[in-house]
Amino acid sequence: MLDNAAKPSKPLVQVRDLQMHFPIYSGLFRRQTGAVKAVDGVTFDVMEGETLGLVGESGCGKSTCGRAILRLYDITGGEVAIDGARIGKMSQGDLRPLRPAMQMVFQDPQASLNPRMTVEAIIREPLDEHTKLTAAEKEKKVGELMDTVGLNRRFAKRYPHAFSGGQRQRIGIARALALNPKFIVCDEPIAALDVSIQAQVVNLLEDLQEQFGLTYLFISHDLSMVRHIATRIAVMYLGKVVELAPRGPLYEEPLHPYTKALLSAVPEPDPALAQTRERVVLQGDVPSPANPPKGCNFCTRCPAVMDVCRQIEPTYQEVRPGRFVACHLYESTGTADATAGHP
Amino acid sequence: MPDGADLPAGTTPVLDVQHLKTVFRVRGGEVHAVNDVSFALGAGELLGVVGESGSGKSVTMMSLLGLLPSPPADVRGGTVTFEGEDLLQLPLDKLRKVRGGRIGFVFQDPMTSLNPVFTIGYQIMEPLQEHMGLNKSAARARAQELLELVGIPGAAQRLNDYPHQFSGGMRQRVMIAIALACDPKVLIADEPTTALDVTIQAQIIELMKDLRDKLGMAVIWITHDLGVIAGIADRVVVMYGGQIVEHAPVKELFRNPQHPYTRALLTTIPKISGERARRLTVIQGQPPILGDAPTACPFRDRCDVAIPRCSRENPPRYDLGHNHDAACFVAKGSQHAG
Repeated sequence: MLDNAAKPSKPLVQVRDLQMHFPIYSGLFRRQTGAVKAVDGVTFDVMEGETLGLVGESGCGKSTCGRAILRLYDITGGEVAIDGARIGKMSQGDLRPLRPAMQMVFQDPQASLNPRMTVEAIIREPLDEHTKLTAAEKEKKVGELMDTVGLNRRFAKRYPHAFSGGQRQRIGIARALALNPKFIVCDEPIAALDVSIQAQVVNLLEDLQEQFGLTYLFISHDLSMVRHIATRIAVMYLGKVVELAPRGPLYEEPLHPYTKALLSAVPEPDPALAQTRERVVLQGDVPSPANPPKGCNFCTRCPAVMDVCRQIEPTYQEVRPGRFVACHLYESTGTADATAGHP
Repeated sequence: MPDGADLPAGTTPVLDVQHLKTVFRVRGGEVHAVNDVSFALGAGELLGVVGESGSGKSVTMMSLLGLLPSPPADVRGGTVTFEGEDLLQLPLDKLRKVRGGRIGFVFQDPMTSLNPVFTIGYQIMEPLQEHMGLNKSAARARAQELLELVGIPGAAQRLNDYPHQFSGGMRQRVMIAIALACDPKVLIADEPTTALDVTIQAQIIELMKDLRDKLGMAVIWITHDLGVIAGIADRVVVMYGGQIVEHAPVKELFRNPQHPYTRALLTTIPKISGERARRLTVIQGQPPILGDAPTACPFRDRCDVAIPRCSRENPPRYDLGHNHDAACFVAKGSQHAG
């Protein structure tokens, strides 16, 4: 296993070499001519009670990764274990009794709530599906859930359109909490909200984590918000995790050139700092995941690219305690070659 | 506010907006989206406009150029002075000469603001032929120049490509090229980087800085991201509930915010460096619904320093010195006390 024994808590979710490829069909006979490698060999653990931040630019596969972990897709390869149960190759039928322990909060509260169901019906649906509670018990539970997420019980009979974006996200969170889950994947839960509302939802998520001992996988592209909420952070680029580290070290001293560039691209709300700060502006765009470059995925844009990067894919390894990086700059073997190739 | 008063003394504004009011007529009433907004834009400066969604920042800029469909929109009052003319009074044919000619516009979403059935070249050449009277070959040469200016490699070949063949960041560069085509005096950029990733956003911001140095146009940059504003703007206007609540030079605003809304907004965003707050400060409640013309401070329900006067009167913008003003009774009071 990848984790060192010093860690106090045990892993709740173990992801090993997860692959999610979407086939491309083309031509007259719709033969498969390739695959979009949305997630291509991702390995990490989520510890019990922690928040693992998963960051990256759009198209890097972070949302697909979150959905694949919950088996919303049939994964191409690899293994996922949640709370000891190996669910990677399990059938959807076998998965069903395990579903209550793992839930999801979606990005767009407008699209993820059925506009023709009342708030009460939306929050009650998981109870209908997975429990044998009586109608009265369900009503009581829905009321409690609405209190927990800060929604007024009086609005139970209203429809989603009557609520603002932040309140709709609270409905989505209440629904995810209904079955007392252990693990929640939050897929960009604040991306669609205004700045002043984002903080409200993030604080709610933190309160709930404390109250119910939840474990989060928090997917986001907002690096400053991830710094606030996550205990450890995984940075994805083009279907692979390039760096994984605890919050403090990652932001103080990023190791992977992509993490460095990503952090320096975040605009700081401080004009004095904005002028003095050194910025790494990456050239070009992210390559297509259907046709990733040879060698390291980042070699086309990397400011520290070496010859070896265009040939050999770097291995994802622990370079310091708790810090994982996939980069030739930090590989213990082949360092001599690397420096020789880079004058 | 007196005319052009928010500019440093001695400068003449290229664009001067006074007391602009825009109302939307909707089923069951009206929405007062822009309420008595006044600001001026100096030559060659970059004015940042910050606000949340629904604060009226985009509607203000669309109203200037008559880009809002009427009905439902109705520009009820105010003047917009550009090159000695009031844009709100101009007949449509003259207004069309200004739009895309002397005032360029970059929209938020580069995916939907380019026409998918025409080549990029055609779309850049169109304003050149329309406004500058260039013939086809001259327009094509200029279009190629423009693509090179905004940093698109292989410009000559890419003129024949369609929008879907460009990535998001590249499309936004094309939009900027179109907006710059006729050497505008004023460029209005409405959330030009919001739909883009941070690394691409950094590229576009660098590009805009470069272009300003080269071409010397004035820019209005609308965004909800205070971080972007801090890095690029000279002066900042903060909007809330369809009004300008605070206006100041960028350093002054971030160092010494006076309106409670600006202050709250600055503390609510987590930072990427420095001390990490254990808990985020929140602004309680929701933005106001703008059903009527304002008779009270729009921020009073969410404000932590509100006084009874705030729900009786709508505060005007008080001058606080250092070219800084804020629409707040409390900020004005403390200013006098201090």
